[in-house]
Amino acid sequence: MTPRARLVTAVVLTVVLLGSTAAYAVSAIVGHQARQAIPAEAQTAAFDRQVATGRIVFRNTTADAAYGLVASVSADDPSGDRSVTDIACDRVYSEARSTMCLRIDRGVLTTFSANLLDTAGTVQRSWSLPGIPSRTRVSSDGERVAFTSFVTGEAYATVGFATATQISTIHGDDYGNLEDFALTIDGTPNTAADRNFWGVTFTSDPDVFYATAATGSKTWLVRGDLAARTLTSVRESVECPSLSPDETRIAFKKNISTTATAHWSIAVLDLTTNKETVMPDPRNIDDQIEWLDDSTLLYGLARDDQPGDSDVWSIPADGRGASALFIEHATSPSAVRP
Amino acid sequence: MYISLPQRGPRQKNGAPAARVSSVVVTLGVVSMLTDISSESVASILPLYITGALGLSTIAYGFIDGIYQGVSAIVRIGGGWASDRTDNPKWVAFFGYAASAATKVGLLFVSGFAGIASVIALDRLGKGVRTAPRDALITASSVPSNLGKSFGVHRMLDTIGAAGGPLLAFLILYFVPTGYHLVFIVSLGFAVVGVVILGLVVPAIRPRRQSAAAGEPRQPFRWRTLAEPRLRRLMLTAGILAVLTVGDGFIYLVLQDRSPFAAQWFPLLYVGTNVAFFIFAVPLGRLADRFGRARVFVLGHVALLGAYACAALPVGGAAVTVACLVLLGAFYAATDGVLAALASEATPPENRATGIAAAQTVVAIGRLVGSTAFGILWFAVGRELAVIIVAAALAAAIPALLVMVRPLARTAAA
Repeated sequence: MTPRARLVTAVVLTVVLLGSTAAYAVSAIVGHQARQAIPAEAQTAAFDRQVATGRIVFRNTTADAAYGLVASVSADDPSGDRSVTDIACDRVYSEARSTMCLRIDRGVLTTFSANLLDTAGTVQRSWSLPGIPSRTRVSSDGERVAFTSFVTGEAYATVGFATATQISTIHGDDYGNLEDFALTIDGTPNTAADRNFWGVTFTSDPDVFYATAATGSKTWLVRGDLAARTLTSVRESVECPSLSPDETRIAFKKNISTTATAHWSIAVLDLTTNKETVMPDPRNIDDQIEWLDDSTLLYGLARDDQPGDSDVWSIPADGRGASALFIEHATSPSAVRP
Repeated sequence: MYISLPQRGPRQKNGAPAARVSSVVVTLGVVSMLTDISSESVASILPLYITGALGLSTIAYGFIDGIYQGVSAIVRIGGGWASDRTDNPKWVAFFGYAASAATKVGLLFVSGFAGIASVIALDRLGKGVRTAPRDALITASSVPSNLGKSFGVHRMLDTIGAAGGPLLAFLILYFVPTGYHLVFIVSLGFAVVGVVILGLVVPAIRPRRQSAAAGEPRQPFRWRTLAEPRLRRLMLTAGILAVLTVGDGFIYLVLQDRSPFAAQWFPLLYVGTNVAFFIFAVPLGRLADRFGRARVFVLGHVALLGAYACAALPVGGAAVTVACLVLLGAFYAATDGVLAALASEATPPENRATGIAAAQTVVAIGRLVGSTAFGILWFAVGRELAVIIVAAALAAAIPALLVMVRPLARTAAA
């Protein structure tokens, strides 16, 4: 080929390739908008009627106009009628008085935020997040909130810090990043550079909470004290703790993989006997577990066939029963208790 | 889009001193721009894809990333060596670009963490292989007097792609919130176009043959040239400065801690740095040609020092954040392309790609060491004090290194 022929070929190929890429993108966007135009199957209902005792609040993932909206079902009939709100969250956790809504504020300049909603769904407080939302919890009295996000500014240049976790009250107090708390592991103060904290769960004592601490390739269950600003290790290899309503057990995810690639199973730790029970669900589960009641666990699991879609599953907390589909096309469940 | 005429490049070698930047350099810049749009659009949404769509945790991701950095550094030397041995930088670079393009196809089919990790590894390998041969091509198609400007033009186009990629990806996700595969397909489109343009339009320059034709004695490739005093002096200077270069991520974290403005825009601060980088790339490249490349390279770290000062300043506001990003961008503009130009100058044509790769590897390893050490300092003495300590060390190193690079500047002017 002569240089001129090569140049012409390159121009033609460029136009064809970029043109077909653009055409594909436009058709995908139009297709998505068509799906969005499908009227939601679920009925719309006011926020305060959904975040109410006896309901399960979650993020809806049906492929229609209700995708990504906060929705709810009755705890007694989870596969029955679902109702949706007009509030979009990427991660949600509700307690009767307060709801935490972590959001990806999409746009050409995408940012991330954590938002505290009141019973009417109105934003009361808002925090900027340094990256993708991960976990959030509200204490059972609705007074304290916690949220974790990844630190994802530089996608490729993660220098050892990967998560940021903060605890605040609904009245305006901020306890700041858990990295600034004094960490003690097995009785020794730890100031490792790569400390990470995530997955807070509150207790009925306003000062006490549990969370995950990590440094190196190890993780610990830590007990935190808000007044003293301390974190003390309780047990190794516990991630994303979730305290049972009766506060006797902690459900968590446990890495059972022997290779570098993590594989998480759910386990339950009895705080009085220190006995650990692994649940019989062999799938890789990466979620902060929710207690439906004192005997049943709930967790979200992504669908393999459809990116962005997931289901909520349930499993008996004693480890003696198989998992079962609980709510289809849903994730980030929370059981609203009295 | 600008498409250059291929036959012009090498001939300019004997052209006027104030030569314009070769069309080959511009074409290589366009190829890099397309490739960066492709890779950065994927990189920016990958954490979202892993956590949001696949339901995996990114915790392990940061760790594996560190290993890739090391692998990439070794592969980079391999790419330079292959380019010098075969005297065919274009096709070695082509292999690297094509490997990265192929990974975009892989992303459409893998879904497990291990699958994604290996796809990213292949992408990194491609990047490692192509960088030094491409920079050798830029040198071979430029005249010595405008080498700094040539690299400036290339880095400008390259960084436009790096800043535009994330914005394009987020625009797609704005329209289709779960449109990860759409991002991968668009990314593949850009990558393939880059590979096509490189393959068809960029001439297969053979630097060794070219220099032999110009009457210089033809030399075989030798590892020993890497130990020559000039290159050694450059690598030592660049290595010391690299160790005192704290990862941008740390500076962003200090800003975020202080200013609500920086906290809100934290995930996008690196885009701001890239914008400043591409604006300053050409002017600072030209300055390097006139004022001395080694001098501009060392003095570019004054901008980094300024960024540290902004970060350590007890005031926080939008203006301080923006000033910090502008200074970081200026630092990259004064050092990234200029380092490649300096390494080119310090090595004979038959070893050029290996020489460039060696200098870049020294900097990459130096920065990794620097960031790791800084991370430890950060937790030992606190954020502000850690920044002040590194800033003081850098302030002491800059004048000393200015003296050390004097021999480099003299020969460059000759």
